[in-house]
Amino acid sequence: MLEQIEGSLGIAKAVALCRPGAVCAYPISPQTHIVENVGKLVKEGSLKDCEFINVESEFSALSVSIGASAGGVRTYTATASQGLLFMAEAVYNASGLGLPIVMTVASRAIGAPINIWNDHSDSLSQRDSGWLQLFCESNQDAVDTHIMAFKIAEEVGLPVMVCMDGFVLTHAFERLDIPEQELVDKFLPEYQPKEFLNPDEPISMGAMVGPEAFTEVRFLQQRKIASSLEVIERVSKEFNALTGRNSGGLLDCYNCENADVKLIIMGSSVGTAKDAVDELKEQGINAGIISLKAYRPFPYEAMRAAIGDTKKVVILERAFSFGARGILYPEVMRSIKGLDTQVNTAICGLGGRAVLGSTIKGLVDYALNDKFEDELTWFDIDTDTLNSYLKDKGISFPQGPISEKQLEASLKGAKA
Amino acid sequence: MLDEVKFYQTGSKTIGNRLLNPSMRAEQASIDRHNTLTSGHRACQGCGEALGARYALDTAMRVTNNQILVCNATGCLEVFSTPYPESAWRLPWIHSLFGNAAAVGTGLAAAARVRAKKTGSNVVPRVIAQGGDGGTTDIGFGPLSGMFERNDDVLYICYDNGAYMNTGVQRSSATPPAARTATTQLVGAEPGAEWGKGKDVPLIAMAHGIPYVATATVADPKDLEYKIEKAMSYHGSRYIQILVPCPLGWGCASNTTVTVARLACETGFYPVYEAEYGKITSVRKIRQKQPVENYLKIQRRYAHLTGKKADPKILARLQAMCDQNIKQYGLMSDDVPETVPTAIQAFERESNI
Repeated sequence: MLEQIEGSLGIAKAVALCRPGAVCAYPISPQTHIVENVGKLVKEGSLKDCEFINVESEFSALSVSIGASAGGVRTYTATASQGLLFMAEAVYNASGLGLPIVMTVASRAIGAPINIWNDHSDSLSQRDSGWLQLFCESNQDAVDTHIMAFKIAEEVGLPVMVCMDGFVLTHAFERLDIPEQELVDKFLPEYQPKEFLNPDEPISMGAMVGPEAFTEVRFLQQRKIASSLEVIERVSKEFNALTGRNSGGLLDCYNCENADVKLIIMGSSVGTAKDAVDELKEQGINAGIISLKAYRPFPYEAMRAAIGDTKKVVILERAFSFGARGILYPEVMRSIKGLDTQVNTAICGLGGRAVLGSTIKGLVDYALNDKFEDELTWFDIDTDTLNSYLKDKGISFPQGPISEKQLEASLKGAKA
Repeated sequence: MLDEVKFYQTGSKTIGNRLLNPSMRAEQASIDRHNTLTSGHRACQGCGEALGARYALDTAMRVTNNQILVCNATGCLEVFSTPYPESAWRLPWIHSLFGNAAAVGTGLAAAARVRAKKTGSNVVPRVIAQGGDGGTTDIGFGPLSGMFERNDDVLYICYDNGAYMNTGVQRSSATPPAARTATTQLVGAEPGAEWGKGKDVPLIAMAHGIPYVATATVADPKDLEYKIEKAMSYHGSRYIQILVPCPLGWGCASNTTVTVARLACETGFYPVYEAEYGKITSVRKIRQKQPVENYLKIQRRYAHLTGKKADPKILARLQAMCDQNIKQYGLMSDDVPETVPTAIQAFERESNI
């Protein structure tokens, strides 16, 4: 059914359609509206046979979820930023135990300095945790990905993090097509746990494993998550057959045929990029977008195929690995080993700084006109302020269109 | 050479007497006991925690007709019972993390209710979360308090041996004053654990107003079994803290586990009582009062208090602590205390000034 609603409400409705047995909540911006809405659905009785549990920390939110999932019910929770870090120990534990929990990460920067706005540093900090990490382009993509996430998690036997951009998606009111309950029931049957804590068939979960078997356990875990590449593709196709919507998947290409440059982007910036690319096309500039949906497992083969024989690739990265560089870059390079492709990374959109159409067009311009001086570029930054602070060498990046400066400029323009 | 055979049955006040009427015997004396934690696990000789866990869970299994789910915090009990590919547990059991046993318990209880509802079953498995004092009073305290506050239907059992034994005997907030641990060594002006520190979790649990709180020791299985049975008769959050001597960490002989636990009780060092909805309802009285020295002298962690170089002032201070417990909890009176006792740390801190 089509509705004009907030992204968070859409997610809450999607989660409710999946009929979870336990939903655990602890407030952290920007995921609060999601669990608030799920809580309401449980309390008013429209989401039946589900316990909504308000806990005292994110660590407990995921720990309660671990208990509920080990107890044999479909389990959901949500978090962001500091909250994800606070529960980090349990994040690794959930995947090690092979529990198919679905958790939304309403992606947000990590402090200090404290910042509540969107980037990808929270979810990417947990990239080695053994969870599947699926990124969403739009609220419709997020609604659909949540429904698919339960199916993928339960088939693979691993938890899934659905990463959607905080505020930009969670708080945006958009037209959403919320599937009917019948359709979701058909797609996602009632949860049948492979194994759970049951007095009739007692098992011990979470044993201590020493050096004699630990590496083998890790090997099997890697095999399991690698096998989910196929599951993600298959489940997305199945969902597409039911709804006609092209949500989820490993990655999605836009305008990639004969593109002279391809931009690799995760999350909501893809939407902005698509518009920018359309505008460029009118000017005769051919740029394609590779929207990376599955970050873990990383779809190396699909990425190589998507890049194809394009000679120039720019990765838009909304997180950073201090002391190293962009986080996506090494993964992309591994995908195209042996190919003669120039790959540059642009760090932008940190801590909620808007990724604008001009950002995308600027990156295309940089790539096509060989303006990148280094593999890594900090894009759209306030060069003037930085240079007034950096008394020594200074930096030579061009001044970026940050919103305050734009506002000042427009005010000056208006006065004139 | 054969040991001299001792007959406990006459003239003693010990329990577990085999000449007792069967209904008065401890469940542990029965061959029908469940052996929830079965033999072959890797606990040290004389491990109090292994005893406590088996006593408690055997009774819980009996009173719920084997409908128990257990989640275990990280610690000795978890390590010695489940080295892959072995498990000593004869019930459904999960270990997640050090500090989250209470929260995992909440999740298990929710799942058990939802599954029963969905399958139309009227049997809802009951949940027990358990951990050592480190996992309970320190690192798991936030989730524990959260579980109490929500009154989630979980019995939490703390096996209290007064230090982080699994990592090599480091101080926890349950370590008694003057006790030697690896992080409160017998050096400096105040050897052993400092005075006026620590956390009285049973009293804190009572302050949450939860249905049932009790303390117990492995010296009195009958009392412990009664408390487990009573705890399982309630729904909501329940807390039982069991004193479980650790021969390795306490420096006592492995055949003295029960003796040491009994002396902790008989000296007033460890008040044993039960409370319902925040009020103390019964107290285990001291049978034969012992001076605290008798408790201390068989443990090497207190060797500095009883030897020739011992400072009598510290011994007197510990005796005063026991006396204060006896007074506050009415351990030697006929009555149950009408007011909730004050944490012993307050007494230590106040008398410090």
